[in-house]
Amino acid sequence: MELTSISPELLLASLMVAATPILLAALGELVVERAGVLNLGVEGMMITGAICGFAVAVNSGSPVLGFVAAAGGGAVLALLFALLTQFALANQVASGLALTLFGLGLSSLLGQGYVGIKPPPVAKLDIPLLGDIPFLGRVLFSHDLMVYLGLALVGLIWWVLKYSRAGLILRAVGENHDAAHALGYKVVRIRVAAILFGGACAGLGGAYISLIRVPQWTEGMTAGAGWIALALVVFASWKAGRVLLGAWLFGGVTVLQLNLQAAGLAIPVEYLSMSPYLITILVLVIMAGDKSRAPASLGRIFHASQ
Amino acid sequence: MLKLEKRPQPSRLWTWVTPLLAVVITMLAGGALFAALGKDPVEAIATIFWQPLFGEFAFYYRPQLLIKGAPLILIAIGLSLGFRAGIWNIGAEGQYIVGALTGAGVGLAFYPAESVLIFPLMVLAGALGGWVWAMIPAVLKLRFGTNEILVSLMLVYVAEQLLAAMALGPMKNPDGMGFPGSRNLRQYDSAHNAELITGTGMHWGVVAAFIAVIFAYVLLTRHSLGYHIRLTGQAPRAARFAGVRPARLVLVCLGTAGALAGLAGMFEVSGPAGQVSIDFNVGYGFTAIIVAFLGRLHPLGILLAGLLMALTYIGGEIAQSNMGLPAAAIQLFQGMLLFFLLAVDVLTNYRIRFAAREVA
Repeated sequence: MELTSISPELLLASLMVAATPILLAALGELVVERAGVLNLGVEGMMITGAICGFAVAVNSGSPVLGFVAAAGGGAVLALLFALLTQFALANQVASGLALTLFGLGLSSLLGQGYVGIKPPPVAKLDIPLLGDIPFLGRVLFSHDLMVYLGLALVGLIWWVLKYSRAGLILRAVGENHDAAHALGYKVVRIRVAAILFGGACAGLGGAYISLIRVPQWTEGMTAGAGWIALALVVFASWKAGRVLLGAWLFGGVTVLQLNLQAAGLAIPVEYLSMSPYLITILVLVIMAGDKSRAPASLGRIFHASQ
Repeated sequence: MLKLEKRPQPSRLWTWVTPLLAVVITMLAGGALFAALGKDPVEAIATIFWQPLFGEFAFYYRPQLLIKGAPLILIAIGLSLGFRAGIWNIGAEGQYIVGALTGAGVGLAFYPAESVLIFPLMVLAGALGGWVWAMIPAVLKLRFGTNEILVSLMLVYVAEQLLAAMALGPMKNPDGMGFPGSRNLRQYDSAHNAELITGTGMHWGVVAAFIAVIFAYVLLTRHSLGYHIRLTGQAPRAARFAGVRPARLVLVCLGTAGALAGLAGMFEVSGPAGQVSIDFNVGYGFTAIIVAFLGRLHPLGILLAGLLMALTYIGGEIAQSNMGLPAAAIQLFQGMLLFFLLAVDVLTNYRIRFAAREVA
């Protein structure tokens, strides 16, 4: 085994890439949960986004169109969840599970003709001067556009939730939907919008896996990333900045175990592959004490009965 | 303008009509899906729901109904107890895998000794394995307050990796010429979960499933623990005042679900599947979630729902080989069933009223 073959520079650069899918999905889910809705269908929306993005990118030759389609696909699936939970007033946990089961089936059906195909390559933004800085240039400034979109989204969501009126209304709906309703806010409409946003983000995250990170299509390729994103929101105490930290942590663990596999550590590969899931559990245990930040109306059904 | 009006109590009639309605809508939507795939929708639906029961080769398919239905029913019965009490174990797939591994592990450890005690020991080991795997989310929930949904699900992925490690490592058949996968338990009499009556598909797992249905029925209708489970689900506050200990419920519900899922895995690996292999698990643990809801979390309902879902598996396979219907279409079909069920369930809890639009 040669641990020295692992270069810290490459490791950190690939960490940024590995963190992006779960970062995007977790940011979407963060907004959904701050609006008081628990959508457990992230995995289903991600995998649907992965195949929608992949299929459109392959057929059109344009990764950008692929990402647009992925966001659309994720949002359409999220719309089903919105219909179930906001209009048919179904249990959110069960509906989220249904969404994941449905999304997994849908994606493998859509993906039948796409196994073994290479998607069109996504150009990296080589930022002229910054990219040439030794070490940091490679780590921070030589990625594709989606990595920066993810980072920008962290800032945007943080600002919107903390300082804007729209964010305040969204949080009000999430904390106490009856009070928000009494104030005249359209609880259902706001929640549907949040759910759609969450779906689009999850779709983008999924497409990032199939178009950039892997890049190819295999059935069930998200392999629990959606569930890790859900755990990430809990870990982050429903704060955008902490989601970024968490995503880097998981990205780091994933990349490190892949590197250890490649370096030929004397442990069977399977045990290394368990590590992201075990770390997730560990993190959930450590962070479980801090439940106070959870939106007070999370997962509760809203019905304007009066 | 349509308006929903909450019923004072869930409608008893609609409770039992909605699953049937969901099945009918799923057939219609599924037919549309099959038509979109270029298959004759009527033929496809008939192939899935009619052929296995009354078709030309029904004598072959009918036993399959029990073989495929038993694990679904076993797992769903366990899940339903937790779901009723608001304890969401969705990692049954992992408990199923671990039960299969521990069960098969005990059997393989005794190879080639022959004894009547080996199979009962394997049954115990299978139940214990699933139980232990389910105790992880239970204990973490009680000790640290972690979310059992996420922990139990993460453990599915861990179990899948464990299965691969076992199939390629410690449990690999030493006489297997390097191929992955364990010895075939069907060729090892003491460990083989054989058909009890030839040609019926009846094996010990089916017996266990029926026992579980009866056990759950008695528990829920006649025992105070079952009453506590139902009470906690319907009125958590009242349950607390009535002295229900939530911690005990978490342990019991997750433990039972884990043990039953472990049993299902053990019966599967020692019978129909035969060996520990990388792709041993086929998603019964997830499909069982659909079964539990379709059966209204009621033991008898789950029995029927499990058989229906087994039918879609078998009919799906026939449609796959006869009509070239993709396997994914069947998976989607099963997913749709849960969707429509949740959607029409609104009729159970709410009344739809036509009302003139008024100023809020």
